[in-house]
Amino acid sequence: MALKMVKGSIDRMFDKNLQDLVRGIRNHKEDEAKYISQCIDEIKQELKQDNIAVKANAVCKLTYLQMLGYDISWAAFNIIEVMSASKFTFKRVGYLAASQCFHEGTDVIMLTTNQIRKDLSSPSQYDTGVALTGLSCFVTPDLARDLANDIMTLMSHTKPYIRKKAVLIMYKVFLKYPESLRPAFPRLKEKLEDPDPGVQSAAVNVICELARRNPKNYLSLAPLFFKLMTSSTNNWVLIKVIKLFGALTPLEPRLGKKLIEPLTNLIHSTSAMSLLYECVNTVIAVLISLSSGMPNHSASIQLCVQKLRILIEDSDQNLKYLGLLAMSKILKTHPKSVQSHKDLILQCLDDKDESIRLRALDLLYGMVSKKNLMEIVKKLMTHVDKAEGTTYRDELLTKIIDICSQANYQHITNFEWYISILVELTRLEGTRHGHLIAAQMLDVAIRVKAIRKFAVSQMSALLDSAHLVASSTQRNGICEVLYAAAWICGEFSEHLQGPQQTLEAMLRPKVTTLPGHIQAVYVQNVVKLYAAVLQQKEQAADTEAAQEVTQLLVERLPQFVQSADLEVQERASCILQLVKHVQKLQAKGVPVAEEVSALFAGELNPVAPKAQKKVPVPEGLDLDAWINEPPSDSESEDEKPKAIFHEEEPRHARRRQPEEDEEELARRREARKQEQANNPFYIKSSPSPQKRYQDSPGVEHIPVVQIDLSVPLKVPGLPMSDQYVKLEEQRRHRQRLEKDKKRKKKEKGKRRHSSLPTESDEDIAPAQRVDIVTEEMPENALPSDEDDKDPNDPYRALDIDLDKPLADSEKLPVQKHRNAETVKSPEKEGVPGVEKKSKKPKKKEKKRKERESEKKDKKGEDLDFWLSTTPPPAAVPIPTPSTEELAVSTVAPAKGEGEELKREEPEDEEDSMDRDQEKKSSQHKKKKHRKEKEERPRDKKKVKKKQAAPLENGATEEEEPIPPMSSYCLLAENSYIKVTYDIQASLQKDSQVTVSVILENQSSSFLKNMELNVLDSLNTKMARPEGSSVHDGVPVPFQLPPGVSNEAQFVFTIQSIVMAQKLKGTLSFIAKDDEGATHEKLDFRLHFSCSSYLITTPCYSDAFAKLLESGDLSMNSIKVDGISMSFQNLLAKICFHHHFSVVERVDSCASMYSRSIQGHHVCLLVKKGENSVSVDGKCSDATLLSSLLEEMKTTLAQC
Amino acid sequence: MIQAILVFNNHGKPRLVRFYQRFPEEIQQQIVRETFHLVLKRDDNICNFLEGGSLIGGADYKLIYRHYATLYFVFCVDSSESELGILDLIQVFVETLDKCFENVCELDLIFHMDKVHYILQEVVMGGMVLETNMNEIVAQIEAQNRLEKSEGGLSAAPARAVSAVKNMNLPEIPRNINIGDLNIKVPNLSQFV
Repeated sequence: MALKMVKGSIDRMFDKNLQDLVRGIRNHKEDEAKYISQCIDEIKQELKQDNIAVKANAVCKLTYLQMLGYDISWAAFNIIEVMSASKFTFKRVGYLAASQCFHEGTDVIMLTTNQIRKDLSSPSQYDTGVALTGLSCFVTPDLARDLANDIMTLMSHTKPYIRKKAVLIMYKVFLKYPESLRPAFPRLKEKLEDPDPGVQSAAVNVICELARRNPKNYLSLAPLFFKLMTSSTNNWVLIKVIKLFGALTPLEPRLGKKLIEPLTNLIHSTSAMSLLYECVNTVIAVLISLSSGMPNHSASIQLCVQKLRILIEDSDQNLKYLGLLAMSKILKTHPKSVQSHKDLILQCLDDKDESIRLRALDLLYGMVSKKNLMEIVKKLMTHVDKAEGTTYRDELLTKIIDICSQANYQHITNFEWYISILVELTRLEGTRHGHLIAAQMLDVAIRVKAIRKFAVSQMSALLDSAHLVASSTQRNGICEVLYAAAWICGEFSEHLQGPQQTLEAMLRPKVTTLPGHIQAVYVQNVVKLYAAVLQQKEQAADTEAAQEVTQLLVERLPQFVQSADLEVQERASCILQLVKHVQKLQAKGVPVAEEVSALFAGELNPVAPKAQKKVPVPEGLDLDAWINEPPSDSESEDEKPKAIFHEEEPRHARRRQPEEDEEELARRREARKQEQANNPFYIKSSPSPQKRYQDSPGVEHIPVVQIDLSVPLKVPGLPMSDQYVKLEEQRRHRQRLEKDKKRKKKEKGKRRHSSLPTESDEDIAPAQRVDIVTEEMPENALPSDEDDKDPNDPYRALDIDLDKPLADSEKLPVQKHRNAETVKSPEKEGVPGVEKKSKKPKKKEKKRKERESEKKDKKGEDLDFWLSTTPPPAAVPIPTPSTEELAVSTVAPAKGEGEELKREEPEDEEDSMDRDQEKKSSQHKKKKHRKEKEERPRDKKKVKKKQAAPLENGATEEEEPIPPMSSYCLLAENSYIKVTYDIQASLQKDSQVTVSVILENQSSSFLKNMELNVLDSLNTKMARPEGSSVHDGVPVPFQLPPGVSNEAQFVFTIQSIVMAQKLKGTLSFIAKDDEGATHEKLDFRLHFSCSSYLITTPCYSDAFAKLLESGDLSMNSIKVDGISMSFQNLLAKICFHHHFSVVERVDSCASMYSRSIQGHHVCLLVKKGENSVSVDGKCSDATLLSSLLEEMKTTLAQC
Repeated sequence: MIQAILVFNNHGKPRLVRFYQRFPEEIQQQIVRETFHLVLKRDDNICNFLEGGSLIGGADYKLIYRHYATLYFVFCVDSSESELGILDLIQVFVETLDKCFENVCELDLIFHMDKVHYILQEVVMGGMVLETNMNEIVAQIEAQNRLEKSEGGLSAAPARAVSAVKNMNLPEIPRNINIGDLNIKVPNLSQFV
C-alpha cells in the first residue's frame, strides 16, 4: 500500500500540469492536433487513477482543452468525482470544468444533486460559493426544483458573500423552475433592503431581469424602487433601477410623472456618464408614455436633447454612439426637437466609424420631410457610391428605401424622381437587396397610377439593358429587379412606347440564364406584351406585322419550354400552344387581338399584406366540421379533392370579368375615397387616365396645381435623379408664386382654407397628382393586430402574478425551511383558518422585523395609493352606486397637502414627493388595492357569463336597476361634522382591513388638527405610526374648509374575524371660525361586521357543488318574513352589502358564495317564498356563519 | 444579462471563453472566430459597441469590447445591461487581473486560465454582475488563494520545479499590458469602485 503511494507520487512528477500542457501545445505548432490527442490519451490514463489530485489535475487540463474547442463531455463523470473532493482546491477545479461543459443534456448531471446540496450547506463559505457559481451555469429544471429550497435558505445566510450569490442564482432557478418564483419572491423583495450593498445590488439585478420580461407583475414594487433610486449611491444599482423604471412607465403613466423630477435632478447632478445616459433614456421612455403633450414636459425634452447633443459632440466615440441611439428614441415621439439637430446628424454620416454612421442613418429616417427628402437622399446616394464594403452599402440602400416609402410615401412629392432613384440603385454591384428594390418598383407602379407611364418607360429601358444587370453572377442579387421590370412592362403595356422592342428584349436567349422565377414572369408577361402588340398592329391593319410578331414568339418560346424550371416550362408550353393556335387563326385572316387581350382584361388591386389573415370566419362556418363525412371506404376518395380545391386559388380568380364586379368596384371606390378624404396624409388624387373620380366635396378645397409642364414627364435616356432635385426647386418656387396669386383670388372668393404665406411642409403639392391606391382589406376585417408571441419564450413561464397570496400547493418542496413567511402578520397565530400555514414560534426580534417589512410590503402593494393625487380609473369596486353619490357629496378643493391620505407609516421623502405632484381637485374615493382592482373586472366578466342565462334583465349586482345603495354608513354626526365609514378587506391581508372614513364639514368653521382615536380591543387594533403608543390618536392628514368633505383611511389589524366587533372611539378636532377656535370631540362606535371581512369571489357551480359535498362545512339557517322586495333586488342587496356573488339562480332560488379574508368559504342558498325569505348557509366556521346570518337578517328585515 | 465573455489575442487565439448559454464546442469556436473578425476590422479609436446580430441571440444583443495591448476583452450582453456600465466592468475585470497577477500580461492568461476563470467568477456569476467593487473582489480571491495554499495547492512541488526549469527557454513575450498608459477613456470608473 505504502509502496503504491510512493509510486503514485513519483509518477506524478512526470505528470503534466496545466502549464506543461500549454507549453507543449505552444511548442508543437505544426502538429498541434496530434499532440493534443496524445495529451488526451494521457489525461484518460490519469483519470483512471485513484489519486484525486491527479484527477483534478487532469480535469484542469481538460478545461483548457475545452476552451480550444475540444468536447470533454466524455469526462463528465470524472468531473463529478473531482467536484465531490473534500479539498477546496480540487472542488473548485471540478466545478469550473462542470460550469464549462455541463448542460441540460448531460445525463450524469442528476448525480450531482446531493453533492451540490452538501456543498451548499458546507460550513466553509467558499465551498458554498463555488457550488453556487458552478450551479448558476448548469442548473437544470430538476436541479432547480430539488435545490430551490436550499438556495432560498442561503438567501438569509449570515455571510453577505453567500447571500449575494444565492440571490443572483435565484434568477436562474426561476427560469428553470417557474413555480419557485412566488414562494421565493417575498424573501427576494426583502433583500432589496439588505444592509450589504452587494446583496442589495444582486437583488435589484434579479428583479430587474424578471421585470424586464413581465413588467406588469412588478409595478407594485415601484415605490420600493423609487426609494432606492432616491437613496442609493451605488451607480450600478441606480442604473438598473432606472432601466427598470424605463420598462415600467409604459404601463403606468402616473409613475412617469412622479419620476420626471428626480430623474432630472440626477441628470443635473451626476458626473457619471453611464448614469446620465440611462437617466436620459428613462426620461425619454417616460415622455413617450405620457401621450398628452403637457407643456411643462417640453423642458424635459429639451434637456434630454441638449444632453444628448453634448454626448454626440463628444470626442469619445462611445458617447457619440449612445447619444445617437437615444436620440432615435426621442425621434419617435418628438421629431421636431430632433430635427433641429439635423446638421449634427448629417455630420455623423461622415464619421469614420460604421456603427455611428448606421445610427445616424436610423435618425435620418425620422428627420425627412417633403422639403428635405430629395436633399437627404441625394446625400445618401453619394454615400452609396463611396461606400466600401457591401454591408454598409446594403444598409444604406435599405435605409433609402425605408426613408422614401415610410408612411405610405408621405414625403415623396415627385414619383418620377423616386423611380429614377430606384433605377439608379439597380446599378449597385453585388447587393443582396434586389428584391427590395423590385418590391418598391412594383408597389409604386401599381399604387401610383399617374406614374405608370413613366415607370413603364424606365422599366423597358431596364429590360433593354438587362444583359448589364444579369451578366455577372456576382450581381445576381440585383437581377430581382428584372422580375419587377418584366411584370410592370407586361401589365401596363398600354403605356409602352415601343412594345415590340421590349417584347424582343424579353425574348433574348440570354434571358434563359436568369433564375427560374424571373423567367416565369418573363414568359407570362411576354404574352401580355404580345397582346398589346397585336392590338396595335391590327388597329393599324398591319396584318403582316402582326403575323411577324406571332412568328417571333413561336420561334423564341421553345427556349423556355426546355427550361429546367417546372414553372417556366409549364407556362411556356401552355403559351406556345396558344400562340400556335393564334397563328392558325391569323393565317385564316381572323382578327384575334381582341380575344388575346381579353385574357388579361381587368384591373389589379393591391392587397394588404395581412388581408388574408384578417378575413373573418363567416358566422355559422365551423372550420373544424367535416364538409363531407370522412370516407367510410375508399370509393369516395377521388371525389374529395375536387370538393376541397373547388374554390380556386387567388391567382386564377383575380382576373374578374368586368361586368360582374362593376358594382362592387364602385362601392369599394366610394369607401376608399371616403377614407382618403379623412386621411390627412393622403396625397390627394386627381383623375387618372384610367379612372375618373367624380370630385367629391371633400377634396375640393385642396389646392390642385395644374400639371407643371416644365417638369418633363419623360426624361430622355436613363435619368439622373439629381436633375429632379433642381427641377423640384424651380417647381416649388413657381408654385409658391402661383399660390400667392391664388391666395388673393381665394380671399376674394372667401374660401375657407386659405393657406398661410409661409411655406410649410403641407403646402408643397406633389408634382404628379398621384393616387396612392390603398391596399385592400377584406370586409369586416378583424381589427386585431395581436402580436404573435413566441410560444417558446422561456420568460413566458415567469409571467406570474406575484401579488396573489400563496396557496398551499405552491410551497417549495421542502416545507420546514420556509419559516419566514413575512407577509403574514404575527397576530394571526392561532386563528382557525382553512388554509392554515405552517408556523414556527418566532422570536420577538424577528417579529418586529417582520412587522416592519410587512408595513413596507403594504406600501409597496398599494401602488395606486402611492401614485395618489389622480382619481383611480373607472374600475371602481363593484358596489358602484355609492360612489356616484360620493362624487356629488365629497367634492373638495385641493388644499396644499391636504389631499394626502392617511398612511400608517408616513415617510418624509414620500411626503415631499407627493407634495411635488400637481394636485387636481380630485378625490380619493377609496383606498384600493391594486390586486383587487385587477381582479374585479375579471370577476365581473365571470359573473356576467355565469349569470347571463339564468338571470334575465341583467340582474347582476352591478347592473342593478334598484334604488341606490351605499356601503358607507353613518359613524357619528354633530353640528360640525358628519362622519360616514366603510370597511374594506383585501385578499392580500388576511388579518387586516381598511376603514375609509368620510369626514364632511357641516359647519361654517374651518376644521383642523383632526385626530381619530380608537380604544383597541384584544382582537382588533388600529395601526398607528411607528413609535406612538396605543393611546395616541392617528392624525387625519387633511383639514376641512367649511362645506367640504374628504376621505381618510385607517388600517386595522384583526385576529379573529368570526365575530362582529364594536370599537369605541373619538374624533377630536379644532373648529376655527371668526370668533376663535374651539376644541371639539365626537364619540363614535365603529362597527366591524363580519360581512366586511368577506370578499366577493366568483365561484363556478361545479366548484360550488364540490364544496357543499365535501362535508367540512357547518350549517345554519334563518328565515325572515314580511318581505316585499323582488327577489332580484334582494339578491343584489345581499351581493352588495354582504359581498356575495351569485353562483346560480333558478326561479326564486339562488345559490351564493363568498370567501373571507382568512379563507373561510361561505355558501348560501336563498329561497323566496310568498312573503318570506329563507337563507340556508354553510360555512367552514360555525361562529362566522351564525354572525353572518344575523347580519343578513337585519339587512333583509329592512326589505 | 451577459451572454458570453471572450478574451482572445490579436491573432484570434482564445485566452478565455465563457458562455452563459449552452453552445456546442464547435459553435463556441465559430463564435470566437467571427467575433474576432468583427473586432479586428475596427480601429482603436472608434466606438466599442458592435451590434452582434447573427452571432448570439439576435438584435437584442450587443458586443461591447475593449482592446488592451495584445488582448481583446469582449462581452456579449443584452439590452438590460448598460453599455457604459459594461465598459467599466471590463476595466474593473482587467484591473483586478492586473492586481492579482501583479502587472498582468498575456502570458499570465495563457498559463493560468483556471485562475482567470476564478477571478471572473467573482465578478460575473451565471451571466449576471456579481460584484463591481474591486477591493471586495480581490479580497475574496486572496482568501480563496490562501485556502488553496493551506491545502497544498493543485500540483505538488516537484512538478513545479520541473516546470520552472522548462519555463526558462520560453520565447520572450513582452510583458507590457500596462493599463495606466493606455488612453482608454473610462468615464466614471471611480463611481463604481
